[in-house]
Amino acid sequence: MRWRYFKQHAFFAIVRLAAFSIAAAIGAFLVYILVNGIGAISWEFLSEHPRESMTKGGIMPAILGTFYLTAGAIIIALPLGVASAIYLSEYAKQGPVIRIIRVGVNCLAGVPSIVFGLFGLGLFVVFLQFGSCILSGALTLGFLILPTIIGASEEALKSVPQTFREASLGLGVSKWQTILRIVLPNALPGILTGSILGIGRAAGETAPIMFTAAAFFTAKLPSSIFDEVMALPYHVYVLATAGTYIEETRPLQYGTVLVLVALVLGVDLIAIIIRSYIRKKKRW
Amino acid sequence: MRTNDSIIQTKQVNFFYGTFKALIDVTMDFEKNKVTALIGPSGCGKSTLLRLLNRMNDLIDGTRVEGEVIFEGTNIYDTGIDPVDIRRRIGMVFQKPNPFPKTIFDNITYGPKLNGVRSKDAQETLVQQSLEQASLWEEVKDILNRSAMTLSGGQQQRLCIARALAMRPDVLLMDEPTSALDPISTAKIEELIAELKRNYTIIIVTHNMQQAARVSDYTGFFYLGKLIEFNPTEKLFTKPDEKQTEEYITGRFG
Repeated sequence: MRWRYFKQHAFFAIVRLAAFSIAAAIGAFLVYILVNGIGAISWEFLSEHPRESMTKGGIMPAILGTFYLTAGAIIIALPLGVASAIYLSEYAKQGPVIRIIRVGVNCLAGVPSIVFGLFGLGLFVVFLQFGSCILSGALTLGFLILPTIIGASEEALKSVPQTFREASLGLGVSKWQTILRIVLPNALPGILTGSILGIGRAAGETAPIMFTAAAFFTAKLPSSIFDEVMALPYHVYVLATAGTYIEETRPLQYGTVLVLVALVLGVDLIAIIIRSYIRKKKRW
Repeated sequence: MRTNDSIIQTKQVNFFYGTFKALIDVTMDFEKNKVTALIGPSGCGKSTLLRLLNRMNDLIDGTRVEGEVIFEGTNIYDTGIDPVDIRRRIGMVFQKPNPFPKTIFDNITYGPKLNGVRSKDAQETLVQQSLEQASLWEEVKDILNRSAMTLSGGQQQRLCIARALAMRPDVLLMDEPTSALDPISTAKIEELIAELKRNYTIIIVTHNMQQAARVSDYTGFFYLGKLIEFNPTEKLFTKPDEKQTEEYITGRFG
């Protein structure tokens, strides 16, 4: 009897430990970054160009570059992803071909990001001769987050009750109008949540942009989508490995990491808030 | 059974879900401005037949129709017939009330707007007329901009009827329209059906035999995909031709 209770307690202790250790690791990580990075944060840091071989000045071009790349990725991936999801879940006749496409999408989600980077280098930079620029980087990041957006959109479309579709079609409204006016508006919150999570992912990735868009240093801000840009994750990488003054730039590295993490977590937080707000408002 | 004034006829209709034959050789005439009830035990094919009359079964993958469904002289399953046009003429009310998560006003105008009713005046007239026809106007005339989801189940179902009527259909198909409603709401819908048949042809599937007896002029009894008997309601419920019908309506099976 007591042996059984002991086993039960031991088991609970193990699972509890597992959960808490994850929370503790994340907490420790965030606190460490915050403590080390907060000192570097200032208005100057957020609004100025790097100076003196990046040992002074700010990271504004990198923040701006990450914004451009992420916005570009979303502009490319959102229409493509939503359209694919509509086709997969609303139009396509479920069968072997569709199953293969779905497996393909899932595999795409599991492809390491460096592979996307090399793919982008091969296709956009070299073959299509865009060069290393915002366009190439945004396209590559767009492909990276496509599976996330397709998955979230399909999920959101499926959650719209079948009875809404029937009601609309039963009124003599075409399938396309039904999707446009009934299904999509009701799926939109879910689609947006998924897309925002995609934004977080795109903003934080280094590997896909290091060959396709990111520059070590740019003296000027980009003037077109065919210019190279600095980007936060790549800037961290550069400061930590490629600089001549690694020791001098250390506070700036922490500062940049802090900005990046805050940005990604902030975007995720927005998604969580939107989702919980919509769940409360949902009435069917 | 042949009538002069039929609006829909089915001719030797077979229907398949994959390899399962859900309807076998169904031939029926539905008379204009009458209420026809389809009754029978679960799985007998009555809902399948109803959904076949405005091609709602098209939406299910792997289904197949044989035979003809003639609506005003045309086979609605002919190639070149757009099911969307058919559904405008033959409206449908479903088992569970399914208003859109929009305002009451927008629920009614949703279909007509997409069919070119653009002016605000025309829309307002249409909303009032449709809601009056569905005996819901008095209850909702002051809350037209409230979400339809805030109405009670019975009100929602009458809204769905009004929404279907706003398309000015010729025929109204009702698939167990009261099975999710309480007795008072059910009585209201039954009264409504009696009103509506002056202007519309109504075909109603029901599980409730008393309901069929109360509201319909003709009744068809289905069993295992076959139309067993089709007669004026009074005759079918008092002196049925078939033994199976008698056994079903007296509750010996089903």
